[in-house]
Amino acid sequence: MADVTPIRIKRLSKSFDGRKVLDDISLEVTSGENLVVFGRSGTGKSVLLKCAVGLMKPDKGEVFLLGENIFNISTKKLNGIRKRIGFLFQSAALYDSMTVRENLAFPLVRNFRFSEKEINEKVVRALEMVNLAEAIDKMPAELSGGMKKRVGLARGIITQPEIMFYDEPTTGLDPLTSKEISVLIRDLQTELNMTSIVVTHDLICAEIIADRAIFLKDAKVKYEGTIQELVRSDDPFLKNFFSHEILNA
Amino acid sequence: MQIPKAITKKRLSFSEKVYNFFVTMSGLTVFTWEFFKQSFFPPFDIAEIKKHMAELGVKTLPIVSMTGFIIGLVMALQSQPVFERLGASDYLPGIVAVSVVRELAPVITALIFAGRVSSGIGAELGSMRVTEQIDAMEVSAVNPFKFLVVTRVIATTLVLPLLTIYVIFLALAGSYLAVILAQNMSYQYYQTAVIDAIHFGDLLPGILKTFVFGYIVGIVGAYKGFTAEGGTEGVGRASTTAVVLSSLLILLFDTILVKLSLLIWPT
Ligand SMILES: Nc1ncnc2c1ncn2[C@@H]1O[C@H](COP(=O)(O)OP(=O)(O)OP(=O)(O)O)[C@@H](O)[C@H]1O
Ligand SMILES: [Mg+2]
Repeated sequence: MADVTPIRIKRLSKSFDGRKVLDDISLEVTSGENLVVFGRSGTGKSVLLKCAVGLMKPDKGEVFLLGENIFNISTKKLNGIRKRIGFLFQSAALYDSMTVRENLAFPLVRNFRFSEKEINEKVVRALEMVNLAEAIDKMPAELSGGMKKRVGLARGIITQPEIMFYDEPTTGLDPLTSKEISVLIRDLQTELNMTSIVVTHDLICAEIIADRAIFLKDAKVKYEGTIQELVRSDDPFLKNFFSHEILNA
Repeated sequence: MQIPKAITKKRLSFSEKVYNFFVTMSGLTVFTWEFFKQSFFPPFDIAEIKKHMAELGVKTLPIVSMTGFIIGLVMALQSQPVFERLGASDYLPGIVAVSVVRELAPVITALIFAGRVSSGIGAELGSMRVTEQIDAMEVSAVNPFKFLVVTRVIATTLVLPLLTIYVIFLALAGSYLAVILAQNMSYQYYQTAVIDAIHFGDLLPGILKTFVFGYIVGIVGAYKGFTAEGGTEGVGRASTTAVVLSSLLILLFDTILVKLSLLIWPT
């Protein structure tokens, strides 16, 4: 099974209280590819990511991660798959009763057999990657929003997952840090051949990391292509969207 | 694990409230089933359980100590004149001891424990739920039910009986204080009177039922927190409804268990 497509989403639909948020969405991300997802606020980008990892159950449709239909396998098998994926929440979702160190060590301690020394090294290395080595013994409550985001990112990648889902990895970061994080995501892709879906509004970030981009609108994948194609598109909606993005950036 | 979902909106009609009541009951049943299924299989988070037990102890010891001492003191003070009028002062220590051991210490300790701990667990897990920390655990292949719920419920189930035994001793001390304030009784006499009065059939069911109460406090708090939704307001709701529900269930199960224990150990 060497050539299996890491992420395959088939005809996914999800509504809340009768309102369709995702309508018959299908997409594939090939091995080592970075897919960027654009969309106005509230269009269902986070919902898409949560359905993709099984945190939310879609009303219809299937999701295949690393070849397995995640809504159709045992919990044990699902956890086996989940050990090989990473997820950065839009809210970072750090465990607020644990220090930064414990947050990062948590998936390692729970799921893998590493010595204490190895865990410590990995934690320090992951924090260095996101430029937060000094925050190691802080509590989440003592961190700024952008710092939380970066700790969340470090926690997501510490297990060196094969697939990574990023929900707005650079929102709330200053332009320079934002660029560094984008480069980090790109490097992870090239060095570890990570496959990922990145939700972002940040065009600079998207330009650095995207192999391909899609645009969600009205619960559908409305546009698809490279960043250049989307930005240069003559479609009035896209023109409007990206001109604002550029002004803001 | 399939947890039935309650109807969440501001104003509920009567039939919707009844529906939600059954949702809660079946939710608690699912949680109980899941708890017993998961607590017998490794990994056992002994360290986590110990941590929770220590926290629970520290959290409840001061209030429980005060209450324990005062239950005994007040019970004896109140009964003193009545017993004297009946010319039965010598029986006072024994009667107080029996009521403390059989009913007062277990139930009052459990109710205080519910107020302090069920709300705490509800709020803690509730805020972990609404800030997506539970989702984060799940997606990193850690079983949040096992890590968060099972450990806490085991801790409450083990801590409450210990607290109750402690409260019994304090209450007996309180009642001794009341007795020597009112009449001349040696400690020796008091001790013998108490020990003679308390039978095995008093002590055992009194302590055994606190395991059930401790379990109720843990599982109700955990259920309410785990299923919380709707932001900060939902966390508040989880915390308060946990106290109300666990207190009611404690009283309900007290009635059932007392009836049962009288069948098993007739006095
Ligand atoms: N648990 C939920 N219950 C009810 N509705 C929900 C729930 N989660 C999301 N929604 C609805 O689904 C829609 C999409 O939400 P989502 O969080 O995916 O937006 P988004 O595209 O990520 O927006 P943003 O860019 O602001 O993060 C929203 O309109 C929201 O109201
Ligand atoms: Mg979002």
